Amino acid sequence: MTFGFVSGAPNQSRPLRERLTAIMPQLVLGPSLLASFIYVFVFSGWTIWISLSNSTILPDYSIAGFHQYVELWSNERWRIAYTNLFLFSSLYVVGTTAIGLFLAILIDQRIRAEALWRTIYLYPLAVSFIVTGTVWRWLLSPSTGIESLVHQLGWTSFKFDWLVNREMAIYTVVITGIWQASGFVMALFLAGLRSVDPDLIKAAQIDGASMPRIYRRIILPAIGPIFVAVLVVLLQSAIKIFDLVIALTGGGPGIATTVPSIYVYDLIFQRGQMAEGAAAAMMILFALSLVLVPYMIWSNWRQRREAGRA
Amino acid sequence: MPDVAAYDPLGVAGTWRRRRAKLVVYVLLGLFALYYVVPLAIVVLNSFRSLPDFSRNGLISLPHSFSLEYWSLAWSKFCVGGTCKGIEPFFYNSVAMVVPATIISTAIGSLNGYVLSKWRFTGSEILFGLMTLGVFMPGQMVLLPWARVLGLLGLSNTIAGLVLIHCVQGLSFTTLFCRNYYVNIPDDLIKAARIDGAGFWRIFRKIVLPLSPPILIVTVIWQFTNIWNEFLFAVIFSSGTNQPITAALVALSAGGMAVHQYGIESAAVLMAALPPLLVYLFGGRYFLRGLTQGAIK
Amino acid sequence: MASLTIRNLNKSFGSVAVLKGIDLEVKTGEFVVLVGPSGCGKSTLLAMIAGLESVSSGEIRIGDRVVNGVPPKDRDIAMVFQSYALYPTMTVRANITFGMESRGVPKQARAEALARVAGLLQIESLLGRKPSQLSGGQRQRVAMGRALVRDPALFLFDEPLSNLDAKLRVEMRTEIKKLYQRLNKTTIYVTHDQVEAMTLASRIAVMHQGRLQQFAEPRTVYDRPANMFVAGFMGSPSMNFLPAQIAVSGPAAVVLAESEGQAMRLPLPDKVVASAGEGRRVVLGIRPENLTRYDRGRTEEKPYLGTIQAPVEVVEPTGAETITIVRIGSREVIACFEPDAAPAVGETVTLAVDMAKACLFDPETEMLI
Repeated sequence: MTFGFVSGAPNQSRPLRERLTAIMPQLVLGPSLLASFIYVFVFSGWTIWISLSNSTILPDYSIAGFHQYVELWSNERWRIAYTNLFLFSSLYVVGTTAIGLFLAILIDQRIRAEALWRTIYLYPLAVSFIVTGTVWRWLLSPSTGIESLVHQLGWTSFKFDWLVNREMAIYTVVITGIWQASGFVMALFLAGLRSVDPDLIKAAQIDGASMPRIYRRIILPAIGPIFVAVLVVLLQSAIKIFDLVIALTGGGPGIATTVPSIYVYDLIFQRGQMAEGAAAAMMILFALSLVLVPYMIWSNWRQRREAGRA
Repeated sequence: MPDVAAYDPLGVAGTWRRRRAKLVVYVLLGLFALYYVVPLAIVVLNSFRSLPDFSRNGLISLPHSFSLEYWSLAWSKFCVGGTCKGIEPFFYNSVAMVVPATIISTAIGSLNGYVLSKWRFTGSEILFGLMTLGVFMPGQMVLLPWARVLGLLGLSNTIAGLVLIHCVQGLSFTTLFCRNYYVNIPDDLIKAARIDGAGFWRIFRKIVLPLSPPILIVTVIWQFTNIWNEFLFAVIFSSGTNQPITAALVALSAGGMAVHQYGIESAAVLMAALPPLLVYLFGGRYFLRGLTQGAIK
Repeated sequence: MASLTIRNLNKSFGSVAVLKGIDLEVKTGEFVVLVGPSGCGKSTLLAMIAGLESVSSGEIRIGDRVVNGVPPKDRDIAMVFQSYALYPTMTVRANITFGMESRGVPKQARAEALARVAGLLQIESLLGRKPSQLSGGQRQRVAMGRALVRDPALFLFDEPLSNLDAKLRVEMRTEIKKLYQRLNKTTIYVTHDQVEAMTLASRIAVMHQGRLQQFAEPRTVYDRPANMFVAGFMGSPSMNFLPAQIAVSGPAAVVLAESEGQAMRLPLPDKVVASAGEGRRVVLGIRPENLTRYDRGRTEEKPYLGTIQAPVEVVEPTGAETITIVRIGSREVIACFEPDAAPAVGETVTLAVDMAKACLFDPETEMLI
């Protein structure tokens, strides 16, 4: 619905007021557009620029080429960070999706007190990553948490020191991450399961399929797009993960659980390596676009295909 | 017409098998529920326990002591980052940050959504796409530029600076939500109003705004929760007593050397988590709607 | 041996009774249509026959086997749904063979059954497509194919034509009839459309508010409806109901009430008056097609033909006939005229009333007398 006033105004003072009214939508949108434009493009541009410079504590605007990226990638700590990222992302996505889907299937079985269960599984989302990390740090710390509890119950040889164990610490981040996000994934899957035509299930039952088979061959394929959406959302949040790690392990023990976003923070604010930090931030953006761009293309293609068929 | 109950696939094999199947379902649900509820329960219980209780029994145990004092200590007396005023000042910092940012970003977002869905002009779809790109920007990309901008505006290390940041970043979300919602308002309503002589603002006030409460609630809840729980910007662009509560929490519980006052820390953590949790409990339905809408973009 | 026997079936959802005391016996090879308005319980009854809903009380037998509590897959039935319920992510071929696969039928047998059914329904060219790529009529045929491939004892149809547009509906109706004539499978067919019921059924079961109103051949249901509900539901435009009284004196006749002064007497067979009782208040039911123009010269002299004068209020030409609304007493009555003999609005026309086809109902019980 386009806006247009045909102004055949007789006197001179009219046109200005009418002109203003005619572009009111643009006027209203203007400031936000400007802010968004600056926020998205100018800021990114600035960061890209800096990543190509020699800036340390203060910005230096002379272009120095790509050596910050080279510097970054030759750094042991960065390699640990993105290895952690891969490890964490894959486990986090798989674990959260599996648990979320499982819970959604359970709740979809026409049970009572559904609102109660949903509230229980979903509330972690309302909680800050900082709170979650802090609480789980208490629970998982060997001297005072689960290990200590089991010792008190009598099983004194029990060890659960993952939190402070270099090899295992990343898995504590996984457990905590799953705790936070699985409710959300459950909600998405539940909505999808509910949108499946019950007649499909009836027909399959008459056809003689067992419930597991019905889920595998009919229901889950029917909600395929939801799997994609879940994947995209979870990958995004995994790539950006920061607060949770800071609160849970601080990036440790040592740098065992450091992740790219923590490294960016470190480079810029602790080590005064602004340009290298900017380069690391660019790598995060790059990873994000690897996930988002295919998704947008796919989603666009799907929309066009549905519209064409309608 | 008699209400036909929703179809129950587990019910076809007869009552006894259905009961057994349902029982299994409830047991599984209960087990998982423990995973989610136990941490919260433990923290709540811990906020009433004394330090000796912790030393003797660890963090995960039934309370052997009970006192409400840790709550008031956490609120007004506990030492965090140099000052000993409890988390009260940080709590109010968060409030001072979240409330304006939520209101402003929601209000502007709703206007933007209105424009983008009902007053389309050439290029408005592209502009909409550009605005929503902001949703995907990782915080790390904009740290440095924001630092520069806040410095230029003289807003470094102030709550006002944080409000600005969250407004601009929140705009992308709120515009997205509102626009997708307003698109479903029939265009015919607007056309009828224009024939009646109403203009841009009148239509907004009399037609669109009265239809907005559902999406406004979703947007407010979403913004409130996300801004309150945000950490990265909170910790970088504020310091000392200006920090919002998420940053204060990390300082509080990192502790390091000193003996941890678990009772007080637990109470502090709960108080920090309470506002969004309450919002979630009372606006749960809308919260959910906000999540699913935001994710399925 | 009856193919399907239902004895005193009741169904309640919570405290709401949806089916009350249903008794039905379907012979092998019969095409039974369950017809009735929305909410009458016909779909629930079908779901219970299929095993998708549990039985509150009563018995359902398929063949000579009691099937209460037996899961759907063990009942030897097949069902076509209103929305067709084709598995959207599978091809037509996979849709049809899914059931056989689930039951462990060997590959060769599956392929043979598929080929047989595809040939029968002429869907060979569609086998590789997905449901979203098919038209409404094609989807319907695939749904029927999926049901046919089972070769079951009982076929169940749940309003399969409701989702099609009017023209397609008529075409598919004929196809279903042809298929039935060829295969002669016992079929239970649910619809709210009484035309479908009349054209397809060997016997019609009319349902209303959870109860079976009448279970008989179409002709019987139409000509001798068991009560006023059945009379009003079957036939379009629907039957006219006029309050009247059996004549106390004079030749066997019924006198219309509200005649505004002029007595309107319509002749009745003597035995009807005898069994009904003189002076009895009744409701006279007469179908619009039995109210036509009276033309002394041309109208056939049928037995028991009465005449009425009535002013014409509305004329609705449909092409094949002209539906006219006239006023008799204080009531609007629908009559059917040949297009050539159609009256004009305002004209007072003489109607010929074929009383042999009339039905008398008791005003209180609404049952046929």
